[in-house]
Amino acid sequence: MQHSVQKQQKHTLYRFNGGLHLPENKSQSLKLPLEKAVLPKRLIVPLQQHIGEGAEPLVKVGDQVLKGDMLAKPHGYVSAPVHAPSSGTVVAVDILPIAHPSGLPAPCVVIETDGQERWGNQLEPMADYQHADLSLLRERIRNAGVVGLGGAAFPSSVKLTPGLENPIDTLIINGAECEPYITCDDLLMQTQAEKILIGVGIIRRLVGAGRCLFGIEDNKPEAIRRLRQAVAEAGLEWASIIAIPTLYPSGGEKQLIKVLTGREVPSGSIPAKIGMICHNVSTAFAIAEAVVEGRPLISRYVTVTGNGVRQPKNLEVLIGTPVAELIAQAGGYTGQVAKLIVGGPMMGFTLNSDEVPVTKATNCLLAADSNEAPDPGVAIACIRCGRCASACPANLLPQQMYWYARAKDLEKVQEYNLFDCIECGCCSHVCPSHIPLVQYFRFAKTESWAQEKEQRAAERARQRHEAQLARKERLEAERKAKLRQKKEALKKPAVQKPDAAKLDAGTVDAADAGDPKKAAIAAALQRAAEKKARLAEQGVEPKNQADLSEPQKQAIERVDKRRANSDANSVTSEKQGG
Amino acid sequence: MRFSTITSPHSARPNSVSRTMLLVILALLPGAAAMIWYFGWGVLINMILASVTAVACEALAVRLRNRPVLPVISDFSAVLTALLLAVALPPLLPWWLTVIGVAFAILMVKQIYGGLGYNPFNPAMAAYVLLLVSYPVQMTTWLPPEMLNEHPLTLLQSASVIFTGALPAGLSWDALTMATPLDAMFTQLDQSRMLSEILAQPLWGDFGGRGWEWVGNWYLLGGLFLLYKRVISWHIPVSMLGSLLVIAMLFHFLDQEAYPFGMFHIFTGGTLLGAFFIATDPVSACTTRKGQLVYGACIGLLVFIIRTWGGYPDAVAFAVLLMNMAAPTIDYYTQPRAFGHQGAGRD
Repeated sequence: MQHSVQKQQKHTLYRFNGGLHLPENKSQSLKLPLEKAVLPKRLIVPLQQHIGEGAEPLVKVGDQVLKGDMLAKPHGYVSAPVHAPSSGTVVAVDILPIAHPSGLPAPCVVIETDGQERWGNQLEPMADYQHADLSLLRERIRNAGVVGLGGAAFPSSVKLTPGLENPIDTLIINGAECEPYITCDDLLMQTQAEKILIGVGIIRRLVGAGRCLFGIEDNKPEAIRRLRQAVAEAGLEWASIIAIPTLYPSGGEKQLIKVLTGREVPSGSIPAKIGMICHNVSTAFAIAEAVVEGRPLISRYVTVTGNGVRQPKNLEVLIGTPVAELIAQAGGYTGQVAKLIVGGPMMGFTLNSDEVPVTKATNCLLAADSNEAPDPGVAIACIRCGRCASACPANLLPQQMYWYARAKDLEKVQEYNLFDCIECGCCSHVCPSHIPLVQYFRFAKTESWAQEKEQRAAERARQRHEAQLARKERLEAERKAKLRQKKEALKKPAVQKPDAAKLDAGTVDAADAGDPKKAAIAAALQRAAEKKARLAEQGVEPKNQADLSEPQKQAIERVDKRRANSDANSVTSEKQGG
Repeated sequence: MRFSTITSPHSARPNSVSRTMLLVILALLPGAAAMIWYFGWGVLINMILASVTAVACEALAVRLRNRPVLPVISDFSAVLTALLLAVALPPLLPWWLTVIGVAFAILMVKQIYGGLGYNPFNPAMAAYVLLLVSYPVQMTTWLPPEMLNEHPLTLLQSASVIFTGALPAGLSWDALTMATPLDAMFTQLDQSRMLSEILAQPLWGDFGGRGWEWVGNWYLLGGLFLLYKRVISWHIPVSMLGSLLVIAMLFHFLDQEAYPFGMFHIFTGGTLLGAFFIATDPVSACTTRKGQLVYGACIGLLVFIIRTWGGYPDAVAFAVLLMNMAAPTIDYYTQPRAFGHQGAGRD
């Protein structure tokens, strides 16, 4: 084993700019054996736990559901189903508070559990997964509701369909878990190394990658050892388990790729553009469960930690379990609890109540005391010390961006590459003036999106207006032409009448032929519907605009203009037809 | 249970402005103590007088601007400005000049622009230049270092000179004062004296003026402490000292009798104080790493040019102020290449 450890470490590693050495605080929750969370009386399953369209409910109040039954089906391409985490009765399909940074409630299915955990057995285990058809595998992963469990919760089946234009050569498996406090991936790697490798094998087949690099921070020696052992036992010569230096945020997708390969994902682009794809270890595990066991994604490992709970630990939790139940199982709150954070201290978001459920993306519940997550003091002026720039893993100039974000100069702040900011929080953490820099950047981003949307809407309205004017003019001209022709026809002998009508086929036909008109209407309606569907499909795009480069944005704008033009035209013809 | 909500990051911030300022003050103390040791009690009186004036001016300005006074005072930036100016002032400077200088630094250079973080110029250096230009005689009336001083003054005598201008009985200004090594060097070079001839005088130590070079050593030590504590980065001090050293050595090599050797420039005047404590003032310096290298190198170059061909003996203050003006432009043209971008920042 030692030998292979040394062999593995020859892999050349690279550095990204900045990053922070943070107090790890991982040992508190790093305990084995892993406990299962107690089955709660009620499971609250949000319909949207992923990026993209929310799922469409398939159940109504009063329905009996079995464990693993699909509660809601995906709506659109970028979407994912949700499944019943346990058997029981649907008691509500309603808008309820969920764990979301916005703090807004969302549609959920509430199941009153019957305690029997009866399986619905909807998905068949795929024993021949190593030879199974790729599209079948993708469909399985989609039907099992697997989404990226590293935090973003992007539907995995979509990410596993990279497309022919981006051949993938390297699969990156993210086991960095760089945020302090969180240990659920560490424990997963320690306890489920074999199954993770099965999942990784499936992913590798699906994306057609040659090699596979695991990036794991070197503060998880046991996980690294277990995985290396499993790789050696399975004889997977394509997989390298690589220990990377512990440096926040090395678990960021682009940062991890840089560390492992030295290559940078181009700004506004995705890793597939440089032939790479990155998945989290726990996603690989969920994929293995879905394919090999036929188990949909209904549970996950969650770290419950912080000085605010008595017994920090990791739990295997059913999706939909209320946070309060997990806190209770971790010994309950201590007197010092000040904040309840979903995720880590650097990128997590706070909850105002523990009456919200765990979702697929919930990796950690951090009940922090006021030392771990103090209330931010008053921010004072920036002294331009540049520590933020030194810490920035995207090599940005946060102090300049702050200046322009504060002035609401959105153009300028984008010029300073606002949209390359990954909101890791390094700049805010090191700022001696305690300026909430990330907050300013989030603000600038949302303002920019809103502004862009507004501009597009205004542009479309203008084009519609112009098209309307043009149509009125044309109709007026046609009316006049018709009048003139009628006058001329009156002057001419009656015998020539049909000929005149033929000459002016367009107007006269429209006047007396019913069927072509209807056909035109139908065609226009169909065109509009198609367009609508296309737009709906592309409707997910704005959420990914953070990663768009300037030329891409311009391209989108051009397409939009074109689309608005044809939109206006189709509207015109529709109205004309009617 | 209800909890307060707030956006990430949530972690406790390890750093603060007042901690930064206190560390700089701490790092300045060895050099300041050496100044007191070599140049007498006047330095200490200046430091105290300047600090009190600075805090009073800052409090006044903040009050006039209807801002809370205590948070501003407790960032210690005013005290730091005062101390940096005080160690640059002649030890027996009349008290009202110190007060004018400090008041100008705090009120006109700092607070009028919006206080800490908004001043385009280094307050201490702007005040130094104001005093130097307006009161050149008083500002160049230096004492000899301790080992050359035949009439060391007591604390009371120093205070009396500073506050009343009355010299102790039997002493004249001529007997009491002495030109600074920089002044002595360049005045004599201007008189076409040979360097070897000048250096034969008892004024000189190993690298710079006797006594002076030791003050420089202590500033250097403080600067290394700041580097170790990561309060400053190496870019500005290294590029400033490096460029000064290189150009000085170049000229010295071309004409060994007309241009002092490189180390002379480093260990005389305000070079080391400037390199570690003045030029690194984050507010008025460049913030990009590349920009800091350019900024520092230009300061070093300007120091050499002004010292060698300029009218004033020391040049650090002028060089820093000139480069303060250039800092935003340098920053604009030296943006780093952002992650995933091809060219430099502006593309």
